[in-house]
Amino acid sequence: MSPTIKPAIVSDLGHAVGPARAPRDAALAIHGLTVSYSEKPAVFSVDAAFSTGEISAIVGPNGAGKSTLLKAALGVIPRLSGEVYVFGDTLRNARARIGYVPQSASVDWDFPTTVLDVVQMGLYRKLGLLGRLSGQGRAQALECLDRVGLADFANRQIGQISGGQRQRVFLARALAQDADLLLLDEPFAGVDAATERAIIGVLKLLRKDGKTVVAVHHDLATIRDYFDRILLVNVRRIAEGPVATTFTTENLQATFGGRLATTHLSELAIMDDGH
Amino acid sequence: MSLFVEAFFLQAGYNATLVAIGAGVLGFAAGASGTFPFLRKRALISDAVAHATLPGIGLAFILMVTFGGDGRSLLGLIAGSALTAWTGLLLIEWISRRTRLTEDAAIGAILGTFFGAGIVFLTVIQGMSAGRQAGLEGFLLGSTAGMLFQDALLIAVGGSLAVLVTWLMRRPMTIVAFDSDYAMTLGYDVRRIDLLMMGLVLSVTVIGLKLVGLILIVAMLIIPAVAARFWTDRSTKMIWIAGCIGGASGYLGAVLSASAPAMPTGPIIVLVAAGIFVFSLLFAPDRGVLVTLFRHRGFQARVHRRQGLLALAAHHPIREAYTLRLLTREGLVRPDGVPTDAGRAQAAKIARDERRWDVAREIYQDTGLTGRYDGLTPIEDVFTADEIAELDHQLGPPVTARTE
Repeated sequence: MSPTIKPAIVSDLGHAVGPARAPRDAALAIHGLTVSYSEKPAVFSVDAAFSTGEISAIVGPNGAGKSTLLKAALGVIPRLSGEVYVFGDTLRNARARIGYVPQSASVDWDFPTTVLDVVQMGLYRKLGLLGRLSGQGRAQALECLDRVGLADFANRQIGQISGGQRQRVFLARALAQDADLLLLDEPFAGVDAATERAIIGVLKLLRKDGKTVVAVHHDLATIRDYFDRILLVNVRRIAEGPVATTFTTENLQATFGGRLATTHLSELAIMDDGH
Repeated sequence: MSLFVEAFFLQAGYNATLVAIGAGVLGFAAGASGTFPFLRKRALISDAVAHATLPGIGLAFILMVTFGGDGRSLLGLIAGSALTAWTGLLLIEWISRRTRLTEDAAIGAILGTFFGAGIVFLTVIQGMSAGRQAGLEGFLLGSTAGMLFQDALLIAVGGSLAVLVTWLMRRPMTIVAFDSDYAMTLGYDVRRIDLLMMGLVLSVTVIGLKLVGLILIVAMLIIPAVAARFWTDRSTKMIWIAGCIGGASGYLGAVLSASAPAMPTGPIIVLVAAGIFVFSLLFAPDRGVLVTLFRHRGFQARVHRRQGLLALAAHHPIREAYTLRLLTREGLVRPDGVPTDAGRAQAAKIARDERRWDVAREIYQDTGLTGRYDGLTPIEDVFTADEIAELDHQLGPPVTARTE
């Protein structure tokens, strides 16, 4: 197969540069975001816009900067350049509208706290320093636990539950925040099938309520079932758009390079010739 | 000033000479033996070990007086301090290995407990009618006034032994500090090597107690190693660099304190070491703060320049003020963001490189070369001129930037 070369126009930088302006209804708009840990960019000049009321995936090979992109967008790690807008506002002003579910390995599991305590942490900012955790707050946290199917585990120490359940606790904590934009870092990594079903069920209910969900995701087989929109990255932005038109063999090949067998790719992706 | 010169060349009297040489040797030994505990991220255990010497000093004094001895016998005090310090060390090791508590918690608990017990013993001794009190408080912050030849000899012999053992055991200690699991698979007894590392710290602490004092000796063990880390990337070299920094601090500190009346030797030594540390932190090549800062700024400028040109190439506005300033300064855009001719030419070059990369990524999918598509790597670094010519052939004739 000889590559077909598109006609060259200077202004057409194709995939690498996004639209000059993010759509006005974007829940999360990222412009020219560059992050680097050493003298090599981990993420270079990525433009992306995630629309309100959709479930979007950030996809790319290992080390492609997916989690880095998410954390830099949240301001958890410093960025070299770029701008981030949440619902058209600056990150600082929109903090209260953002919920984050970290990758599961990042906390001290021996910490003296129960499952319910962790979920209630989602309410801390609203409570302030002197506010008392009312019965209502407790009920709210319990309800969030119930939504992820863990109401029975409320009083367990956080280390005394399984890996999949831990992931669901973090999701419940983000739910308790009642955020409009939910960012998840590999929510399905290392969880059992029941947990995966429970999590995606919750995410789809959130979408129904008009919330926006963005998840770093690595399982190509479930993209079409779970997501509306996809951003393909490998340090740079490779492609972005609705799953139906963007999740193609060609784009996956461009993202993953030789790291995925072509046959494997074509099984997963929507066939370009309309299968 | 002349007093300083005299002291520096060891012409300031017998006692000052003894102190300067002793402090220099002690500093060298402390720097060298502090290197591996620092690399093993256990620097603070040395602090607990140092504080745990105090009850030993007190107990030894009480025992010796009770049995009719002098109470100030150096060997007796050293044996006592080593014994309780070793006990404290083993307890820390046991707590962090056998309980769910982490090492830092164990260090805090042991340090406080032993030091508290030591202070109680010292108070008891002050109230004892028997025996002269002998200034045991000198062991807290060190004192040089009563430095004897046998004290200097102890430092010289003990310090040399500590350096020798550090040198002989450099390979096992390096491997344990770097990758203890692997060391275990090689058959090294990691626990013993860890204890040896701390044993060296303990020896230096005990012989340095009288000169520097148990509260500040930790600084002589850690600061030279931390400073040395800025100057080398090799652990074996670090031993010597840390030794030299420690030795220089000890000698200079002792000379400084001898050249002014009523200056405390131990604290001055530590301040000299701290000065060397701050200098290293700021000015070391490669790892120093200033070099790192300049390097980061340069890299950031590269990123912004490239992104700005990408925006020009795509006919997008330049969003960030810093990017605009950078390109304006280079004469690539006018202050209102409109590209100059030079800017247009550069943008066209960038656009061409981007398209070359696109073609290259399609052609060379399986070679791994495409992993270098990170926005900053020039395509000329990855492909030969011939290969690029082939890419250009696929691309068709060059297109010049449209003028609007």
